[in-house]
Amino acid sequence: MRKKGCAVSVDIAVVDYGMGNLRSVSKAIEHVAPAMTVVVTSDPAVIAQAGRVVFPGQGAAPDCMREIDARGLRQVIIDAAHSKPFLGICMGMQVLFEHSEEGDTACLGLLPGTVQRFPAEAMVDAEGNKLKVPHMGWNNVHQTAAHPLWSGIEEGERFYFVHSYFVQPDSPDLIAGFSHYPFPFTCAVATGNIFAVQFHPEKSQNAGMALLGNFVTWNPGEGEAACDMSGAACA
Amino acid sequence: MLAKRIIPCLDVTDGRVVKGVNFVELKDAGDPVEIARRYNEAGADELTFLDITATSDNRDLILHIIEAVASEVFIPLTVGGGVRAVADVQRLLNAGADKVGINTSAVLNPQLVKDAADRYGSQCIVVAIDSKRVGDHWEVFTHGGRTATGLDAVEWAKKMAQLGAGELLLTSMDRDGTKSGFDLELTRAISDAVDIPIIASGGVGNLQHLVDGIREGHADAVLAASIFHFGEFGVDEAKRYMKQHGIEVRL
Repeated sequence: MRKKGCAVSVDIAVVDYGMGNLRSVSKAIEHVAPAMTVVVTSDPAVIAQAGRVVFPGQGAAPDCMREIDARGLRQVIIDAAHSKPFLGICMGMQVLFEHSEEGDTACLGLLPGTVQRFPAEAMVDAEGNKLKVPHMGWNNVHQTAAHPLWSGIEEGERFYFVHSYFVQPDSPDLIAGFSHYPFPFTCAVATGNIFAVQFHPEKSQNAGMALLGNFVTWNPGEGEAACDMSGAACA
Repeated sequence: MLAKRIIPCLDVTDGRVVKGVNFVELKDAGDPVEIARRYNEAGADELTFLDITATSDNRDLILHIIEAVASEVFIPLTVGGGVRAVADVQRLLNAGADKVGINTSAVLNPQLVKDAADRYGSQCIVVAIDSKRVGDHWEVFTHGGRTATGLDAVEWAKKMAQLGAGELLLTSMDRDGTKSGFDLELTRAISDAVDIPIIASGGVGNLQHLVDGIREGHADAVLAASIFHFGEFGVDEAKRYMKQHGIEVRL
């Protein structure tokens, strides 16, 4: 359900910048957080006041960046990523980085690294079969670092992916998870308030609901001012 | 490793699943929401709803079904049938579909595929191709297999991929309903000709057919209706069989 304004305090804002279908994301979050107020919004004021921010996205990188700026959302997204629990999903993960090969696009630059396409010459499996792009379907996610968002999720659990580009962080310290297609690629990153995933937790059945459930109760930095700011601002 | 997908397909008309689905203790054999829930529990990797409602009066019933299913079943949902314009794609996505299948309208207006992919992303556009063998090649048919188009199925598949389809749902009209297995030659010809994933459909009668579709047909996913609906085999049983035959599946 799309709601306007901030008449009530918003627990979770799902950023709507016109890129794709956000209903699945909001429905899944409502499912794991039935007592929370979840809004799909393109209003910078609502995003600024929300307690948590989910930043999804589908489509092409140049369009995403154009739509973010057309709605005046760049700064509020950057501020949210610095100040409150922030979950990037799919394109919402990719545009956090500095640059995407897709359309030679400058992105938000919140995280050091780039976004690259699965290279055609590498797309062959161990038996010599052609691998399709987009990488579409359920693949194993390997956890490289302990993180509250992995809580209760088995190492190697399968999540649902659909993408043709993947992130390459400059520093391995950012990496929270990887997958294979056919080579290892980063599919989860974590730093401070930010957790971002290439796969779609909202379409990943029980494992996905576990991750979203972890996000809605996550308090990064345990009581630092960051995650409380927003609540105060909206109260 | 990426798993091969198993996708049960539900034919829906006037808001009800037709042909009925024979789950143990299913209270209402025609209730799409309860059937979707059961398939989800059995480990279906995605669900496809094909809306075969004949009259436009009842078209919107599918939207209510998708809304209800999407509120409790968190796996990818594809909806096809009667998609004629970008506005139809939007309505289905807003209701909670993750992918929209375009079939006859792609032939009548290929630009629809490009417009919809440009607007919503390739990941949510599935082009359905119904094909029959004609002489030494395969031809595309529309209107449920009744209308010949003169289009070569392999060339058509390439064109749809170029225009922005994210995936192809390939149905052999020669095999559909025969329970004699997929048209493996057709499936392989198209899968090898394009870089996007292929869902094989039409003709599944036993679990070995699913294995063959992937091994011999090079399909990335297999879709079936009747073998699951009538309780002959469970989705979980199909996956175990495929795993025993060396196919990577999500268990």
